[in-house]
Amino acid sequence: MNEILAYGFMQRALLAALLVGVLCSTLSFFVVLKRLSFLGAGISHTALGGIALGLVTGVDPVLTGSIFAVGTAMSTGYISRIGKLSEDTVIGIFYASGMAFGIALISTFKGYYPELFALLFGNILSVSVKDLLIIGLTLTVILIFVLLFFKELLAICFDEEMAEAGGLPVGKLYMGLLAAMGLTVMVSIQLVGVVLVAALIVIPGATAYRLSENYRSMLILSLIVGLTGSFGGLFVSYYYPVPPGAAIVIILAFFFAVSMAFKSLKEKFHRRLV
Amino acid sequence: MDELIKANNLSVILEGKVVLEEITFSAPAGELTGIIGPNGAGKTTLLRAILGLVPIQKGELTVIGVPSSRLKEIRPLVGYMPQRQSFEQRFPLSAADVVATGMLAPDTVLSRISNKEARIKIVLGSVGMEHYSRRPFQDLSGGEQQRVLLARSLVRQPILLLLDEPNAGLDFPAQQSFIDLLKKLKKESGLTIILVSHDLISVAAAADQLVCINRTMHIHGRPADVLRSPHLEEAYRCQFDFLSSSGDKARCWH
Repeated sequence: MNEILAYGFMQRALLAALLVGVLCSTLSFFVVLKRLSFLGAGISHTALGGIALGLVTGVDPVLTGSIFAVGTAMSTGYISRIGKLSEDTVIGIFYASGMAFGIALISTFKGYYPELFALLFGNILSVSVKDLLIIGLTLTVILIFVLLFFKELLAICFDEEMAEAGGLPVGKLYMGLLAAMGLTVMVSIQLVGVVLVAALIVIPGATAYRLSENYRSMLILSLIVGLTGSFGGLFVSYYYPVPPGAAIVIILAFFFAVSMAFKSLKEKFHRRLV
Repeated sequence: MDELIKANNLSVILEGKVVLEEITFSAPAGELTGIIGPNGAGKTTLLRAILGLVPIQKGELTVIGVPSSRLKEIRPLVGYMPQRQSFEQRFPLSAADVVATGMLAPDTVLSRISNKEARIKIVLGSVGMEHYSRRPFQDLSGGEQQRVLLARSLVRQPILLLLDEPNAGLDFPAQQSFIDLLKKLKKESGLTIILVSHDLISVAAAADQLVCINRTMHIHGRPADVLRSPHLEEAYRCQFDFLSSSGDKARCWH
């Protein structure tokens, strides 16, 4: 352990794993309850277009990617809320268009762009102090939003129609949640990359959902799963030749498989008792 | 106030389609008004119009003395129980948590309730679910879940209660028990209840008056009169045997 902490890049990577673990696990709770998992995958793939645009124009790709990610999330919410198209149809369109835009721009690149590959497949070990500050700021803003409106967001996830009828500003809160998702996806891309980031905002919540009967334990379990996956993946990649992003997602997927097996066994046991 | 809801030639158009046309009825205070009609008749849209959730293109609507342009103001006074499909059945909430979701919007009614936990207990008690407050909502039967959702719509002490198909998917004893509970609530607290239902027989047995719609107004009156009216068959495009004999079967015209 001391050996790992002796390296500056590992200290930064561990701090990034902690921040992104908390961020993704908190959002994952709402993503699973509101059934927004496909939106997570859609946002990350659309962000590729923004990242490529940033690289071509010389603007920070994290900034352009964030604009694309938040824009996609909020446009999806807006179009589906005005009732023109269903959410999954809108995401399907943005998903493919963003990717196509990104691929078209990437094909114009000449030379080697290490930043592009870092953002495509993630590289937590290359996280800089500036990256940490951006992740920390994003986490702070999102945690303040979630803490202020936790119960309202929970009520919207449970029954949007009832929440709206009761006088809650459902549209504004939902858009806030989507913007938070967009930002979370973008800052997490640095850890696991565009391709795998959806796993970070789906699996912790999905695993916790399988094992919980109340939302409090689901939230705590989601945090435990997310943080264990993030730290576990980092340690695995330190000792074995596996990229950290892939290791994090494999560990999270393993937790989900265990939760499925545990839940099935528990149900079988209960049926025998009855 | 004699009439809590007054609709006069009310029309609602959604996405270019006429969903409700020239609906006229009134709901007297302290009475249970049943809204009946076939699938797609616009019953849920009518409830949403009363809540101010859909725009009204033509006509007038007054709810608790407030015109349709200001219905947002009286939302704390209106309890609403949407259809069962509107929520996730396996959501990780206890019965008490579900009731608490009805207490979130800031309003004067809630600010008067100092002890919210005690209020949740009381309202769960009023629907016969006092011993279920900590039970996971997903573990409750369909009838028990409906009672908890009813408690949620009552938690802000509304004077008007709107119920959208609360009996859908319940077996006959559970339906009967739910209707008995509504009658008890109406009698004890003087609630004005608007009940949308497919089940003609049970809603007719509970209601003080029936409003039958199928996009447009068909008939409005006391249950016995509505059930005997030829307009009922016209609205449903069905011939009801219960109108002429003791049976309750229907033959449709399509």
